[in-house]
Amino acid sequence: MDPLSPPPPVRRILVEEAPTVALPPVNGNGHRPHAAPASPLRRMPRADTAAIERMRTEALSVAYGQKLAVNQVSLSVRQGEVLALIGPSGCGKTTLLRSLNRLVDLTPAATRGGRILLDGEDVDLFDVTLLRRRVGMLFQQPNPFPMSIFDNVAYGLRERGSKKPSKRELEPAVIEALHRAGLLEEVKDNLDHPALALSGGQQQRLCIARSLAVQPEVLLLDEPCSALDPISTQTIEETIVSLRTEIAIVIVTHNLQQAQRVADHVAFMYLGDLVEYGEAERVFNSPVAERTREYVSGGFG
Amino acid sequence: MNAPAQAPAPPPPPVASPPAHQRGEESWSRGDKLGVGLAWAAGIGLCLIAAAIVIFMLVRGFQYLSLSLLTTHPLPSLEQSQSGGFLDPIEGTVILTILGTLIAAPIGVGIAVWLSEYGRPSWLARAVESGVEIVAGTPSIVLAIFGLLVFQQSFFGFLSFTAEGNAVFGRSFFTAGAIMGLIALPLIVGSTREALHSIPAHVREASYALGKDRISTIRRVLLPASRRGIGTGITLGMGRIVGDTAIVVVLLGASLQIQPENGTPVWGLLKGTGSTLTTYVYNNSPAGEGGAPEKAYAAAFVLLIVVIFLNFAVDLIARGKEPGWTR
Repeated sequence: MDPLSPPPPVRRILVEEAPTVALPPVNGNGHRPHAAPASPLRRMPRADTAAIERMRTEALSVAYGQKLAVNQVSLSVRQGEVLALIGPSGCGKTTLLRSLNRLVDLTPAATRGGRILLDGEDVDLFDVTLLRRRVGMLFQQPNPFPMSIFDNVAYGLRERGSKKPSKRELEPAVIEALHRAGLLEEVKDNLDHPALALSGGQQQRLCIARSLAVQPEVLLLDEPCSALDPISTQTIEETIVSLRTEIAIVIVTHNLQQAQRVADHVAFMYLGDLVEYGEAERVFNSPVAERTREYVSGGFG
Repeated sequence: MNAPAQAPAPPPPPVASPPAHQRGEESWSRGDKLGVGLAWAAGIGLCLIAAAIVIFMLVRGFQYLSLSLLTTHPLPSLEQSQSGGFLDPIEGTVILTILGTLIAAPIGVGIAVWLSEYGRPSWLARAVESGVEIVAGTPSIVLAIFGLLVFQQSFFGFLSFTAEGNAVFGRSFFTAGAIMGLIALPLIVGSTREALHSIPAHVREASYALGKDRISTIRRVLLPASRRGIGTGITLGMGRIVGDTAIVVVLLGASLQIQPENGTPVWGLLKGTGSTLTTYVYNNSPAGEGGAPEKAYAAAFVLLIVVIFLNFAVDLIARGKEPGWTR
């Protein structure tokens, strides 16, 4: 580089100096008011029912070629509670999540070690399509299919057996799934409209309805709100919390406040290792590991 | 790269002059100005050439085109008033385009889906890819004589006239349509592949995550999502078929009238020979054997209208709203 040329225009943030960007005033309890949800750190009500273990990983390792993405992780996923996987980017959260429904098997270079059990049975012994019906998944970006709202929700129900179910037969299940996903009121009059014409938040709730229609027992959420506005985020978080009594839920999130709002248990991962696992309040308020303490206090990430 | 190593680095000094895009064109170097000028000249020149072609053909076309030309069969006569119109070439163009598209579309979409969604073993995928590229780059006259060689084998005798002594003629709507399908194929493969490629991976995964296999994902999600790309490819392919001359001369016989084989109506027609607008223009132009440039202009005008229409169709298809997924 020419020594006389000015340094590249990188915005440097100096830790000592107060940031110069305009910020809303800090209120009494030290938290900046969040646009919405109204009270960002409000804990959602805890599940009443006792948690039942549905899935567990035993010394699960996943590698992409030579690179180890998940290293000897043992975890259990319970119905009746929400498990949040947190950690910095590239720490293996999403890989771990994608192993649970064997979606990671689609990556040619990926190899998996250890065991994953669903209700005590090794997932490798399942027919993969059956496993994925029992373990649903929601993605970071809303991805409705290019068809009507009705057909999106009915998609998982169709082509199941040799007989193709008719629209009338499917309707109750579709309506039920839309209702559970909290979308029914908004779309009940135009179920035949194209799904891709919905707003981003509605699309994501449609994707929830699409997953719920096949009656999954476990639902995997991969940063489901990262592309959404705060109000849609709140709606989806409420849906997640209301579903946890019937479905075991695992959520990967970069948003620590979101983990605090929805999670009952939190697993903190770092560079493929499970560093800390415990009840959400305990992990956030009195973490054991130094790494966890740094991460939840915003030291890195 | 010494400067960034000094930590903590001071914030960069404010830049005195506004960024380049606010300074206007006065400060551009001479070379840049010359480049912009040349770019403008090239663009305007191209528009002028296109406009000249259209206007010239429009004037000539209106001068010579009449309804009777479109609706009468061409007749062998030296008298221009007796030689009829070009109904048969129009029919020939339509039949050949339909036939070629019907052959190319399923094969082309199939190849694109296989390349994009399976592509294994990879050596075979590479071979198919370069095969498609070679077909795309081969002049149609070469494909045409190759097709003639193939379709004159007695094995393909059922596709064209057979003379006494089992000599296979090799020229028919079937054989020309097959090679026309070949020249349309690369366009359909390319356009479909591009459309499939633009569907984010998580959309496929969402379908797999609902317990669907690859086949139903392709059928119910990926093909509906790429129908615009498929439509664009098919329309581009139709444009190529409509405009090709060499294959018609070599493989359709370029006979003045459509000559169906006696027998079953449709099958006999497709086994027969004929001509298209392109060969009609060629044969009637001063370069060809006939000296009827007026009719050549009229037919060329019709051909131009068809091609312009296909171009607009491509634009319309491609400009429509694609499913809006984020990667």
